[in-house]
Amino acid sequence: MSAFVHRHASVCVFLLVLILWEAACRLLHVPEYILPAPSQIWLAAGELGPARWFEHLSATLEAALAGYVVAIALALPLAVGITRSPLLSRIVMPWLVVIQSTPIVAVAPIIVVTLGAGTLPRVVITTMIAFFPLVVSTALGLASVPPELVELSRSLRATTARQYWQIRMPYAVPYVFSALKVSITLAVVGAVVAEFVAAEKGLGYLILYTTSSFKVPVAFAALTLLVLSSLALYGLVQLAHRRLFPWSQGRHA
Amino acid sequence: MQHVIDLSAVTQTFVSSDGKPVTALEGVDLHLRRHEFVSLIGPSGCGKSTILRLISGLLRPTSGTVSIFGMPVTEPRDEIGIVFQKPTLLPWLSVLDNITFPMRHKYGRVDGKDQARARELLAMIGLGDFGHKRPDELSGGMQQRVSIARSLLHDPDILLMDEPFSALDALTRDEMSFELLRIWGERPKTVVFVTHSIQEALLLSDRIVVMSARPGRVADIIDVPLARPRSLATLADPVFSRMANDIRMQVFSRAPA
Repeated sequence: MSAFVHRHASVCVFLLVLILWEAACRLLHVPEYILPAPSQIWLAAGELGPARWFEHLSATLEAALAGYVVAIALALPLAVGITRSPLLSRIVMPWLVVIQSTPIVAVAPIIVVTLGAGTLPRVVITTMIAFFPLVVSTALGLASVPPELVELSRSLRATTARQYWQIRMPYAVPYVFSALKVSITLAVVGAVVAEFVAAEKGLGYLILYTTSSFKVPVAFAALTLLVLSSLALYGLVQLAHRRLFPWSQGRHA
Repeated sequence: MQHVIDLSAVTQTFVSSDGKPVTALEGVDLHLRRHEFVSLIGPSGCGKSTILRLISGLLRPTSGTVSIFGMPVTEPRDEIGIVFQKPTLLPWLSVLDNITFPMRHKYGRVDGKDQARARELLAMIGLGDFGHKRPDELSGGMQQRVSIARSLLHDPDILLMDEPFSALDALTRDEMSFELLRIWGERPKTVVFVTHSIQEALLLSDRIVVMSARPGRVADIIDVPLARPRSLATLADPVFSRMANDIRMQVFSRAPA
Protein backbone atom coordinates (compact mmCIF):
# COMPACT_ATOMS: atom_id res chain seq x y z
CA MET A 1 0.00 0.00 0.00
CA SER A 2 2.63 2.57 1.01
CA ALA A 3 4.76 1.69 -2.02
CA PHE A 4 1.71 2.20 -4.25
CA VAL A 5 0.97 5.59 -2.68
CA HIS A 6 4.60 6.58 -3.08
CA ARG A 7 4.66 5.75 -6.77
CA HIS A 8 1.34 7.41 -7.62
CA ALA A 9 1.61 10.26 -5.12
CA SER A 10 0.34 12.98 -7.45
CA VAL A 11 -2.69 10.95 -8.57
CA CYS A 12 -3.52 10.03 -4.96
CA VAL A 13 -3.41 13.68 -3.87
CA PHE A 14 -5.55 14.65 -6.85
CA LEU A 15 -8.21 12.07 -5.94
CA LEU A 16 -8.06 13.15 -2.31
CA VAL A 17 -8.69 16.77 -3.33
CA LEU A 18 -11.69 15.68 -5.44
CA ILE A 19 -13.15 13.72 -2.53
CA LEU A 20 -12.64 16.58 -0.07
CA TRP A 21 -14.15 19.02 -2.58
CA GLU A 22 -17.23 16.82 -3.05
CA ALA A 23 -17.60 16.26 0.69
CA ALA A 24 -17.23 19.96 1.51
CA CYS A 25 -19.86 20.98 -1.04
CA ARG A 26 -22.35 18.42 0.26
CA LEU A 27 -21.77 18.94 3.99
CA LEU A 28 -21.72 22.75 3.82
CA HIS A 29 -24.58 22.93 1.27
CA VAL A 30 -22.60 25.21 -1.04
CA PRO A 31 -24.92 26.47 -3.82
CA GLU A 32 -23.84 25.18 -7.22
CA TYR A 33 -23.57 28.72 -8.70
CA ILE A 34 -20.87 29.47 -6.08
CA LEU A 35 -18.90 26.24 -6.23
CA PRO A 36 -20.37 23.14 -7.90
CA ALA A 37 -19.32 19.74 -6.58
CA PRO A 38 -17.40 17.44 -8.97
CA SER A 39 -20.50 15.25 -9.30
CA GLN A 40 -22.62 18.24 -10.33
CA ILE A 41 -20.02 19.25 -12.91
CA TRP A 42 -20.04 15.71 -14.29
CA LEU A 43 -23.84 15.69 -14.55
CA ALA A 44 -23.99 19.11 -16.19
CA ALA A 45 -21.38 18.02 -18.72
CA GLY A 46 -23.53 14.99 -19.57
CA GLU A 47 -26.62 17.13 -20.05
CA LEU A 48 -24.98 19.29 -22.70
CA GLY A 49 -24.30 16.20 -24.83
CA PRO A 50 -21.20 15.05 -26.78
CA ALA A 51 -22.19 16.75 -30.05
CA ARG A 52 -22.28 20.23 -28.49
CA TRP A 53 -19.04 19.61 -26.62
CA PHE A 54 -17.35 18.52 -29.80
CA GLU A 55 -18.57 21.63 -31.57
CA HIS A 56 -17.19 23.96 -28.90
CA LEU A 57 -13.95 22.04 -28.48
CA SER A 58 -13.21 21.90 -32.20
CA ALA A 59 -13.90 25.64 -32.58
CA THR A 60 -11.34 26.41 -29.87
CA LEU A 61 -8.77 23.92 -31.14
CA GLU A 62 -9.15 25.22 -34.68
CA ALA A 63 -8.32 28.77 -33.65
CA ALA A 64 -5.50 27.63 -31.36
CA LEU A 65 -3.86 25.36 -33.94
CA ALA A 66 -4.29 27.80 -36.83
CA GLY A 67 -2.63 30.54 -34.78
CA TYR A 68 0.07 28.12 -33.66
CA VAL A 69 0.91 27.09 -37.22
CA VAL A 70 0.98 30.69 -38.43
CA ALA A 71 3.21 31.63 -35.47
CA ILE A 72 5.64 28.84 -36.35
CA ALA A 73 5.64 29.76 -40.04
CA LEU A 74 6.48 33.36 -39.16
CA ALA A 75 8.81 32.78 -36.23
CA LEU A 76 11.28 30.27 -37.66
CA PRO A 77 12.28 32.24 -40.79
CA LEU A 78 12.38 35.45 -38.74
CA ALA A 79 14.72 33.78 -36.22
CA VAL A 80 17.06 32.79 -39.06
CA GLY A 81 16.91 36.37 -40.35
CA ILE A 82 17.72 37.80 -36.93
CA THR A 83 20.78 35.58 -36.46
CA ARG A 84 21.97 36.27 -40.02
CA SER A 85 21.65 40.04 -39.97
CA PRO A 86 22.48 42.26 -37.00
CA LEU A 87 20.66 45.10 -38.78
CA LEU A 88 17.43 43.11 -39.07
CA SER A 89 17.83 42.10 -35.44
CA ARG A 90 18.15 45.75 -34.37
CA ILE A 91 15.06 46.68 -36.37
CA VAL A 92 12.84 43.76 -35.39
CA MET A 93 13.71 43.09 -31.74
CA PRO A 94 12.17 46.29 -30.30
CA TRP A 95 8.94 45.50 -32.17
CA LEU A 96 8.90 41.99 -30.79
CA VAL A 97 9.38 43.30 -27.27
CA VAL A 98 6.59 45.85 -27.78
CA ILE A 99 4.23 43.14 -29.04
CA GLN A 100 5.19 40.85 -26.19
CA SER A 101 4.73 43.60 -23.59
CA THR A 102 1.24 44.48 -24.84
CA PRO A 103 -1.36 42.70 -22.69
CA ILE A 104 -3.11 40.48 -25.24
CA VAL A 105 -6.41 40.70 -23.37
CA ALA A 106 -6.36 44.47 -23.78
CA VAL A 107 -5.62 44.41 -27.51
CA ALA A 108 -8.07 41.64 -28.35
CA PRO A 109 -11.21 43.85 -28.50
CA ILE A 110 -9.37 46.36 -30.70
CA ILE A 111 -8.27 43.62 -33.08
CA VAL A 112 -11.82 42.31 -33.29
CA VAL A 113 -13.16 45.79 -34.09
CA THR A 114 -10.50 46.27 -36.75
CA LEU A 115 -10.69 42.85 -38.37
CA GLY A 116 -14.37 42.00 -37.87
CA ALA A 117 -15.85 39.09 -35.96
CA GLY A 118 -14.76 36.19 -38.19
CA THR A 119 -12.02 33.58 -37.81
CA LEU A 120 -9.28 36.02 -38.77
CA PRO A 121 -9.11 38.04 -35.52
CA ARG A 122 -9.03 34.81 -33.51
CA VAL A 123 -6.07 33.50 -35.50
CA VAL A 124 -4.30 36.87 -35.25
CA ILE A 125 -4.73 37.03 -31.47
CA THR A 126 -3.53 33.44 -31.05
CA THR A 127 -0.55 34.05 -33.33
CA MET A 128 0.46 37.16 -31.41
CA ILE A 129 0.63 35.32 -28.11
CA ALA A 130 2.34 32.14 -29.40
CA PHE A 131 4.87 33.92 -31.58
CA PHE A 132 7.34 35.58 -29.23
CA PRO A 133 8.80 32.58 -27.35
CA LEU A 134 9.30 30.81 -30.69
CA VAL A 135 11.35 33.63 -32.23
CA VAL A 136 13.48 34.27 -29.18
CA SER A 137 14.19 30.65 -28.38
CA THR A 138 14.91 29.66 -32.00
CA ALA A 139 17.26 32.61 -32.47
CA LEU A 140 19.02 31.65 -29.24
CA GLY A 141 19.33 28.06 -30.46
CA LEU A 142 20.73 29.07 -33.84
CA ALA A 143 23.35 31.19 -32.07
CA SER A 144 24.20 28.49 -29.52
CA VAL A 145 26.35 26.52 -31.96
CA PRO A 146 29.91 26.09 -30.65
CA PRO A 147 32.13 28.64 -32.44
CA GLU A 148 34.50 25.81 -33.41
CA LEU A 149 31.82 24.26 -35.61
CA VAL A 150 31.27 27.58 -37.35
CA GLU A 151 35.04 27.76 -37.91
CA LEU A 152 35.02 24.20 -39.21
CA SER A 153 32.27 25.17 -41.61
CA ARG A 154 34.19 28.25 -42.75
CA SER A 155 37.43 26.29 -43.11
CA LEU A 156 35.58 23.94 -45.47
CA ARG A 157 34.24 26.94 -47.39
CA ALA A 158 30.75 25.50 -47.11
CA THR A 159 27.82 27.67 -48.17
CA THR A 160 25.88 29.58 -45.53
CA ALA A 161 22.76 27.66 -46.49
CA ARG A 162 24.52 24.41 -45.63
CA GLN A 163 25.91 25.88 -42.43
CA TYR A 164 22.33 26.58 -41.35
CA TRP A 165 20.85 23.38 -42.66
CA GLN A 166 23.51 20.95 -41.41
CA ILE A 167 24.82 22.64 -38.26
CA ARG A 168 22.79 25.54 -36.87
CA MET A 169 19.27 24.22 -37.37
CA PRO A 170 19.85 20.80 -35.83
CA TYR A 171 21.63 22.55 -32.95
CA ALA A 172 18.54 24.71 -32.45
CA VAL A 173 16.14 21.73 -32.31
CA PRO A 174 16.06 21.38 -28.49
CA TYR A 175 15.52 25.16 -28.17
CA VAL A 176 12.78 25.16 -30.80
CA PHE A 177 10.96 22.33 -29.09
CA SER A 178 11.09 23.88 -25.65
CA ALA A 179 9.50 26.96 -27.24
CA LEU A 180 6.98 24.83 -29.16
CA LYS A 181 5.82 23.37 -25.83
CA VAL A 182 5.39 26.79 -24.24
CA SER A 183 3.68 28.18 -27.34
CA ILE A 184 1.10 25.45 -27.73
CA THR A 185 -0.33 26.18 -24.29
CA LEU A 186 -0.18 29.92 -25.01
CA ALA A 187 -2.04 29.29 -28.26
CA VAL A 188 -4.93 27.79 -26.29
CA VAL A 189 -4.92 30.86 -24.03
CA GLY A 190 -5.01 33.07 -27.14
CA ALA A 191 -7.96 31.18 -28.60
CA VAL A 192 -9.93 31.52 -25.34
CA VAL A 193 -9.17 35.24 -25.06
CA ALA A 194 -10.39 35.72 -28.63
CA GLU A 195 -13.60 33.84 -27.82
CA PHE A 196 -14.19 36.00 -24.76
CA VAL A 197 -14.27 39.04 -27.03
CA ALA A 198 -16.31 37.84 -29.97
CA ALA A 199 -17.52 34.35 -30.77
CA GLU A 200 -20.65 32.27 -31.06
CA LYS A 201 -18.96 28.96 -30.23
CA GLY A 202 -15.86 27.62 -28.51
CA LEU A 203 -15.01 26.66 -24.94
CA GLY A 204 -14.10 30.25 -24.01
CA TYR A 205 -17.43 31.44 -25.36
CA LEU A 206 -19.20 28.63 -23.46
CA ILE A 207 -17.58 29.70 -20.16
CA LEU A 208 -18.58 33.33 -20.73
CA TYR A 209 -22.13 32.41 -21.76
CA THR A 210 -22.84 29.87 -18.97
CA THR A 211 -21.40 31.99 -16.15
CA SER A 212 -23.57 34.93 -17.25
CA SER A 213 -26.62 32.71 -16.77
CA PHE A 214 -25.30 31.11 -13.55
CA LYS A 215 -24.82 27.67 -15.13
CA VAL A 216 -21.53 27.45 -13.29
CA PRO A 217 -21.21 23.61 -13.42
CA VAL A 218 -21.07 23.75 -17.25
CA ALA A 219 -18.40 26.46 -17.03
CA PHE A 220 -16.35 24.23 -14.76
CA ALA A 221 -16.76 21.33 -17.19
CA ALA A 222 -15.61 23.57 -20.06
CA LEU A 223 -12.63 24.68 -18.00
CA THR A 224 -11.72 21.06 -17.29
CA LEU A 225 -11.92 20.22 -20.97
CA LEU A 226 -9.69 23.21 -21.78
CA VAL A 227 -7.06 22.07 -19.31
CA LEU A 228 -7.20 18.51 -20.63
CA SER A 229 -6.86 19.57 -24.26
CA SER A 230 -3.99 21.89 -23.38
CA LEU A 231 -2.23 19.01 -21.63
CA ALA A 232 -2.92 16.69 -24.57
CA LEU A 233 -1.48 19.18 -27.06
CA TYR A 234 1.58 19.66 -24.88
CA GLY A 235 1.97 15.88 -24.73
CA LEU A 236 1.70 15.62 -28.52
CA VAL A 237 4.48 18.17 -29.03
CA GLN A 238 6.62 16.31 -26.52
CA LEU A 239 5.91 13.02 -28.27
CA ALA A 240 6.85 14.53 -31.64
CA HIS A 241 10.10 15.76 -30.13
CA ARG A 242 10.92 12.35 -28.71
CA ARG A 243 10.04 10.49 -31.91
CA LEU A 244 11.62 12.83 -34.43
CA PHE A 245 14.77 13.94 -32.58
CA PRO A 246 15.65 11.32 -29.97
CA TRP A 247 19.28 12.50 -29.82
CA SER A 248 18.28 15.93 -28.54
CA GLN A 249 16.41 14.65 -25.47
CA GLY A 250 17.73 16.06 -22.24
CA ARG A 251 20.48 18.04 -23.95
CA HIS A 252 18.91 21.36 -23.18
CA ALA A 253 15.85 22.79 -21.47
CA MET B 1 64.70 24.16 -48.96
CA GLN B 2 61.06 24.88 -49.65
CA HIS B 3 59.00 25.44 -46.55
CA VAL B 4 55.44 24.19 -46.17
CA ILE B 5 54.27 27.08 -43.99
CA ASP B 6 55.83 30.52 -43.90
CA LEU B 7 54.91 33.38 -41.62
CA SER B 8 56.94 36.49 -42.40
CA ALA B 9 56.81 39.59 -40.19
CA VAL B 10 53.22 38.79 -39.25
CA THR B 11 51.49 41.33 -37.05
CA GLN B 12 47.90 40.93 -35.97
CA THR B 13 45.88 43.57 -34.16
CA PHE B 14 42.31 43.25 -32.94
CA VAL B 15 39.92 45.83 -31.68
CA SER B 16 38.95 44.80 -28.17
CA SER B 17 35.44 45.15 -26.78
CA ASP B 18 36.25 48.52 -25.21
CA GLY B 19 37.38 49.84 -28.59
CA LYS B 20 41.12 49.82 -27.96
CA PRO B 21 43.41 48.10 -30.46
CA VAL B 22 45.16 45.03 -29.04
CA THR B 23 48.29 43.61 -30.62
CA ALA B 24 47.93 39.84 -30.57
CA LEU B 25 51.02 39.10 -32.63
CA GLU B 26 54.00 41.27 -33.49
CA GLY B 27 56.64 40.56 -36.10
CA VAL B 28 56.27 36.79 -36.05
CA ASP B 29 58.56 34.83 -38.36
CA LEU B 30 58.02 31.10 -38.57
CA HIS B 31 59.10 28.67 -41.25
CA LEU B 32 57.88 25.11 -41.04
CA ARG B 33 59.41 22.24 -42.97
CA ARG B 34 57.61 19.38 -44.65
CA HIS B 35 56.36 16.69 -42.28
CA GLU B 36 57.67 18.55 -39.29
CA PHE B 37 55.96 18.39 -35.91
CA VAL B 38 56.07 21.82 -34.31
CA SER B 39 54.55 22.85 -30.99
CA LEU B 40 53.64 26.38 -29.99
CA ILE B 41 53.93 26.97 -26.28
CA GLY B 42 53.59 30.04 -24.10
CA PRO B 43 51.40 31.83 -21.58
CA SER B 44 47.73 32.57 -22.25
CA GLY B 45 47.22 35.47 -24.59
CA CYS B 46 50.47 34.98 -26.49
CA GLY B 47 48.61 34.47 -29.75
CA LYS B 48 49.16 30.74 -30.23
CA SER B 49 45.62 30.16 -31.45
CA THR B 50 45.79 33.29 -33.59
CA ILE B 51 48.72 31.71 -35.46
CA LEU B 52 46.62 28.61 -36.17
CA ARG B 53 43.75 30.72 -37.43
CA LEU B 54 46.11 32.68 -39.68
CA ILE B 55 47.53 29.47 -41.16
CA SER B 56 44.05 28.03 -41.63
CA GLY B 57 42.98 31.12 -43.58
CA LEU B 58 40.15 31.92 -41.17
CA LEU B 59 41.96 35.16 -40.34
CA ARG B 60 43.99 37.56 -42.53
CA PRO B 61 47.09 39.16 -40.99
CA THR B 62 47.04 42.91 -40.33
CA SER B 63 50.48 43.07 -41.87
CA GLY B 64 53.10 40.60 -43.04
CA THR B 65 52.41 37.47 -45.07
CA VAL B 66 51.28 33.92 -44.40
CA SER B 67 52.06 31.42 -47.15
CA ILE B 68 51.45 27.73 -47.67
CA PHE B 69 53.63 25.97 -50.24
CA GLY B 70 54.90 29.40 -51.26
CA MET B 71 51.45 30.81 -52.00
CA PRO B 72 49.88 33.54 -49.87
CA VAL B 73 46.89 32.36 -47.85
CA THR B 74 43.81 34.36 -48.77
CA GLU B 75 41.07 31.93 -47.78
CA PRO B 76 40.70 28.51 -46.10
CA ARG B 77 42.35 25.77 -48.12
CA ASP B 78 41.87 22.07 -48.69
CA GLU B 79 45.37 21.05 -47.55
CA ILE B 80 44.49 21.73 -43.94
CA GLY B 81 42.84 19.67 -41.22
CA ILE B 82 41.86 21.27 -37.92
CA VAL B 83 41.43 19.70 -34.47
CA PHE B 84 39.93 21.86 -31.75
CA GLN B 85 40.27 21.82 -27.99
CA LYS B 86 36.84 20.25 -27.67
CA PRO B 87 35.77 17.38 -29.95
CA THR B 88 32.78 19.41 -31.26
CA LEU B 89 31.14 16.39 -32.85
CA LEU B 90 27.57 16.68 -34.07
CA PRO B 91 25.39 14.90 -31.49
CA TRP B 92 22.72 13.85 -34.02
CA LEU B 93 25.13 12.00 -36.31
CA SER B 94 26.70 8.60 -35.79
CA VAL B 95 30.45 8.42 -35.26
CA LEU B 96 30.96 7.34 -38.87
CA ASP B 97 28.78 10.17 -40.22
CA ASN B 98 30.69 12.61 -38.05
CA ILE B 99 33.94 11.53 -39.67
CA THR B 100 32.51 11.96 -43.17
CA PHE B 101 30.75 15.20 -42.20
CA PRO B 102 33.32 17.52 -43.84
CA MET B 103 32.54 15.94 -47.23
CA ARG B 104 28.80 16.17 -46.71
CA HIS B 105 29.19 19.74 -45.54
CA LYS B 106 31.45 20.83 -48.37
CA TYR B 107 30.06 18.92 -51.33
CA GLY B 108 26.62 17.91 -50.12
CA ARG B 109 27.27 14.20 -50.56
CA VAL B 110 29.48 11.40 -49.30
CA ASP B 111 30.68 8.83 -51.81
CA GLY B 112 31.72 5.22 -51.23
CA LYS B 113 35.38 6.15 -51.24
CA ASP B 114 34.87 8.57 -48.34
CA GLN B 115 32.89 5.94 -46.46
CA ALA B 116 35.63 3.38 -46.92
CA ARG B 117 38.25 5.87 -45.83
CA ALA B 118 36.23 6.83 -42.76
CA ARG B 119 36.04 3.14 -41.77
CA GLU B 120 39.77 2.81 -42.28
CA LEU B 121 40.42 5.86 -40.06
CA LEU B 122 38.02 4.52 -37.47
CA ALA B 123 39.98 1.27 -37.34
CA MET B 124 43.22 3.24 -37.14
CA ILE B 125 42.05 5.14 -34.05
CA GLY B 126 40.98 1.85 -32.50
CA LEU B 127 37.23 2.49 -32.64
CA GLY B 128 36.38 0.10 -35.47
CA ASP B 129 33.31 -1.22 -33.64
CA PHE B 130 31.97 2.20 -32.68
CA GLY B 131 30.98 3.52 -36.13
CA HIS B 132 27.26 3.43 -35.45
CA LYS B 133 27.35 4.79 -31.91
CA ARG B 134 26.38 8.34 -31.15
CA PRO B 135 29.05 10.72 -29.83
CA ASP B 136 27.48 10.95 -26.36
CA GLU B 137 27.94 7.20 -25.95
CA LEU B 138 31.72 7.70 -26.18
CA SER B 139 34.21 8.88 -23.55
CA GLY B 140 35.92 12.26 -23.92
CA GLY B 141 39.11 10.65 -25.19
CA MET B 142 37.23 8.57 -27.74
CA GLN B 143 35.35 11.63 -28.94
CA GLN B 144 38.59 13.53 -29.43
CA ARG B 145 39.98 10.59 -31.42
CA VAL B 146 36.92 10.76 -33.66
CA SER B 147 37.48 14.48 -34.19
CA ILE B 148 41.09 13.71 -35.16
CA ALA B 149 39.81 11.11 -37.63
CA ARG B 150 37.40 13.75 -38.98
CA SER B 151 40.32 16.14 -39.58
CA LEU B 152 42.24 13.40 -41.44
CA LEU B 153 39.42 12.39 -43.79
CA HIS B 154 40.67 14.38 -46.78
CA ASP B 155 44.28 13.38 -45.98
CA PRO B 156 45.48 16.96 -45.43
CA ASP B 157 49.17 17.86 -45.75
CA ILE B 158 48.90 20.13 -42.74
CA LEU B 159 47.27 19.37 -39.42
CA LEU B 160 46.49 22.24 -37.05
CA MET B 161 45.77 21.21 -33.48
CA ASP B 162 44.59 23.72 -30.87
CA GLU B 163 45.25 22.21 -27.42
CA PRO B 164 43.50 19.03 -28.53
CA PHE B 165 44.18 17.07 -25.34
CA SER B 166 43.80 19.80 -22.73
CA ALA B 167 40.22 18.80 -21.87
CA LEU B 168 41.25 15.20 -21.14
CA ASP B 169 42.43 13.65 -17.90
CA ALA B 170 46.18 13.10 -17.44
CA LEU B 171 46.22 9.36 -18.21
CA THR B 172 44.13 9.74 -21.36
CA ARG B 173 46.37 12.63 -22.40
CA ASP B 174 49.52 10.49 -22.39
CA GLU B 175 47.72 7.72 -24.23
CA MET B 176 46.48 10.19 -26.85
CA SER B 177 49.97 11.64 -27.32
CA PHE B 178 51.37 8.23 -28.23
CA GLU B 179 48.33 7.60 -30.40
CA LEU B 180 48.95 10.85 -32.26
CA LEU B 181 52.63 9.97 -32.76
CA ARG B 182 51.61 6.62 -34.19
CA ILE B 183 49.11 8.24 -36.59
CA TRP B 184 51.67 10.84 -37.58
CA GLY B 185 54.19 8.05 -38.18
CA GLU B 186 51.74 6.24 -40.44
CA ARG B 187 50.66 9.33 -42.34
CA PRO B 188 53.39 11.95 -42.09
CA LYS B 189 52.11 15.52 -42.09
CA THR B 190 53.24 18.94 -41.09
CA VAL B 191 51.68 19.39 -37.67
CA VAL B 192 51.28 22.65 -35.78
CA PHE B 193 50.34 21.79 -32.23
CA VAL B 194 49.31 24.38 -29.66
CA THR B 195 49.70 23.29 -26.06
CA HIS B 196 50.17 24.50 -22.50
CA SER B 197 52.06 21.38 -21.54
CA ILE B 198 55.83 21.37 -21.80
CA GLN B 199 55.97 17.57 -21.47
CA GLU B 200 53.47 17.14 -24.26
CA ALA B 201 55.41 19.52 -26.52
CA LEU B 202 58.70 17.73 -25.83
CA LEU B 203 57.30 14.27 -26.32
CA LEU B 204 55.67 15.12 -29.64
CA SER B 205 57.72 17.77 -31.39
CA ASP B 206 60.69 18.18 -33.65
CA ARG B 207 60.82 21.84 -32.71
CA ILE B 208 59.19 23.90 -29.99
CA VAL B 209 58.30 27.53 -30.54
CA VAL B 210 58.32 29.36 -27.21
CA MET B 211 56.19 32.48 -27.30
CA SER B 212 55.89 35.51 -25.05
CA ALA B 213 52.71 37.45 -24.41
CA ARG B 214 51.46 40.99 -24.90
CA PRO B 215 52.31 41.39 -27.65
CA GLY B 216 52.69 37.81 -28.83
CA ARG B 217 56.20 37.22 -30.16
CA VAL B 218 58.42 34.29 -30.88
CA ALA B 219 60.80 34.20 -27.92
CA ASP B 220 62.79 31.15 -28.91
CA ILE B 221 62.72 28.14 -31.21
CA ILE B 222 64.12 24.99 -29.66
CA ASP B 223 65.18 21.84 -31.51
CA VAL B 224 64.21 18.65 -29.75
CA PRO B 225 67.00 16.14 -30.28
CA LEU B 226 65.14 13.18 -28.74
CA ALA B 227 65.27 10.08 -30.94
CA ARG B 228 62.18 8.78 -32.75
CA PRO B 229 60.08 6.74 -32.44
CA ARG B 230 59.38 8.11 -29.01
CA SER B 231 57.88 6.01 -26.29
CA LEU B 232 57.42 5.83 -22.53
CA ALA B 233 61.21 5.44 -22.35
CA THR B 234 61.54 8.93 -23.86
CA LEU B 235 59.85 10.34 -20.78
CA ALA B 236 62.61 8.83 -18.63
CA ASP B 237 65.42 10.17 -20.81
CA PRO B 238 67.60 12.64 -18.83
CA VAL B 239 67.65 14.91 -21.88
CA PHE B 240 63.85 15.07 -21.65
CA SER B 241 63.77 16.24 -18.05
CA ARG B 242 66.65 18.67 -18.52
CA MET B 243 64.94 20.26 -21.53
CA ALA B 244 61.61 20.36 -19.70
CA ASN B 245 63.32 22.32 -16.93
CA ASP B 246 65.02 24.71 -19.32
CA ILE B 247 61.80 25.46 -21.17
CA ARG B 248 59.91 25.91 -17.91
CA MET B 249 62.49 28.45 -16.73
CA GLN B 250 62.21 30.24 -20.03
CA VAL B 251 58.42 30.38 -20.04
CA PHE B 252 58.26 31.49 -16.40
CA SER B 253 60.94 34.15 -16.76
CA ARG B 254 58.90 35.76 -19.53
CA ALA B 255 55.47 35.39 -18.06
CA PRO B 256 54.36 38.40 -16.05
CA ALA B 257 54.41 37.57 -12.33
